[in-house]
Amino acid sequence: MIYRTNPRRRFNFFYMFHKILSKESGGKKQPKAIPVTLSTRIRLARNLRQFPFPGRAEVAQKRAVLSKCIDAMSGIKGLNNSISVEVDDLSELDRQILVEQHLISPELSQVEEGSGIVLTQDRSCCIMINEEDHLRIQVLRPGLDFSSVWKHADEVDSGIESAINYAYDGELGFLTACPTNLGTGMRASVMMHLPGLVMSKNMDKVINAVNQLGIAVRGLFGEGSDANGSIFQISNQQTLGESESAIIDRLNSTLESLVRQENFARDKLLQDDRTRLIDKMSRAIGSLKTCHLIQSAEAMDLLSLVRLATDFGMMPDKFRGLADRMFIEVQPGHVQLSAGEAIEPNQRDELRAELLRNQFLRAPLLDLSSHS
Amino acid sequence: MDLCETCAQAKGVTNPENLSISNLMDKVEMEVDTANTSMVCESCGTTHQEFKKGGRLGCEACYHVFRPVLDPLLDGMHAGIKHLGKVPAGSESRIHFEQSMGSLKKKLQEAVEKEDFEKAAELRDQLRDLQNESKATV
Repeated sequence: MIYRTNPRRRFNFFYMFHKILSKESGGKKQPKAIPVTLSTRIRLARNLRQFPFPGRAEVAQKRAVLSKCIDAMSGIKGLNNSISVEVDDLSELDRQILVEQHLISPELSQVEEGSGIVLTQDRSCCIMINEEDHLRIQVLRPGLDFSSVWKHADEVDSGIESAINYAYDGELGFLTACPTNLGTGMRASVMMHLPGLVMSKNMDKVINAVNQLGIAVRGLFGEGSDANGSIFQISNQQTLGESESAIIDRLNSTLESLVRQENFARDKLLQDDRTRLIDKMSRAIGSLKTCHLIQSAEAMDLLSLVRLATDFGMMPDKFRGLADRMFIEVQPGHVQLSAGEAIEPNQRDELRAELLRNQFLRAPLLDLSSHS
Repeated sequence: MDLCETCAQAKGVTNPENLSISNLMDKVEMEVDTANTSMVCESCGTTHQEFKKGGRLGCEACYHVFRPVLDPLLDGMHAGIKHLGKVPAGSESRIHFEQSMGSLKKKLQEAVEKEDFEKAAELRDQLRDLQNESKATV
């Protein structure tokens, strides 16, 4: 069943919507946060036959697509208990929170009319309707897990396709607004934490090397975004000429090699520049415990050092999961969500510092016993 | 490489190859007959210039209209130029239907040209049956 916004029960709907967005973790059984790899995502781009792509469509055509798509999604197994909402019914802050949780793209958050989202209550699947393509089916999970993510995305995709006709060509595959998504329409990606490669100034070489393999590297919020906190999104660049499983296999082998290189860079830093590295990580914990004003970019960099210290075994394991959660919660929209209202940037910096101080109040000093 | 320029510099990252569609199109146009550059999609109105500037097509019909400039572009952009991934179940039967219709229409045309009206009538009935069959399954 898909819950829709209903003008008479608007308050109840948004109460439910905000409850979903403010849940600390997506599902009941969350895998433990692991070193280097933060999360896995698959996105499938699809369009309906006989409708112009959203960039070329009139509002009425977009509305017709929106309603057709939502009808097609009712009763699909992978979308049980979802909610659907039109983007122009959402406040600026709600849109920002959806972007910060990586559920919608910054582009969708800017659209005027005729676009929508369908979101499962565990936030593992979010479908954007009328973004660049009619449908962008996205499935995401913490950790590294392409097989279950693909299974879920494939199931939702087939379910929708049983009710509507996709724009598909036997030779070119799924037809998309941008030819870079043509074929499988699939973008498989993993969010990686690569402080070792950033600090040792090796990201340039690594990015050039993976680009040659048809793999793209982006910042935390996708195309054009910054790489604060040394977090990078690694994804396939090519979508045509290979099957989905071949793309995932190629991406997986690149990721394995990236993890090896990151670990090598970390070991080398610890070996060659031990005191400076330990100083940085120690000061990061000190700053998080004592800050009173902090911007999100600095907070991300400090949290990145906490995650690194945890991977080295110098902090208890639970701080890795905390760092991952705080990467999202220090973003401007989430800080305002915790304030309960839209607030000015300087007030945000103060509230962000308070949130971090509370979380790191009892954080221990670095345990260097295994690295002395 | 997709980091924005400022961030890329801040992270010590540079990009030797600029893989934008506009740049790829410039390369392609040098190889493709320039007469094609006045192409327009009759279905959605997208012009070749718009595609070149924005890198986006307007509808499924654009893929047929812009095919001459698209093919060399895809060659440089992807691992291959033939789809090897998932085939949607509904679309597979639709493609089969379209292919069968196309082949029957061609045979009908040939039969009419040869004035083989008996054969033509038979083919016309087959076409009608195929259409009815498809309407019943949609």
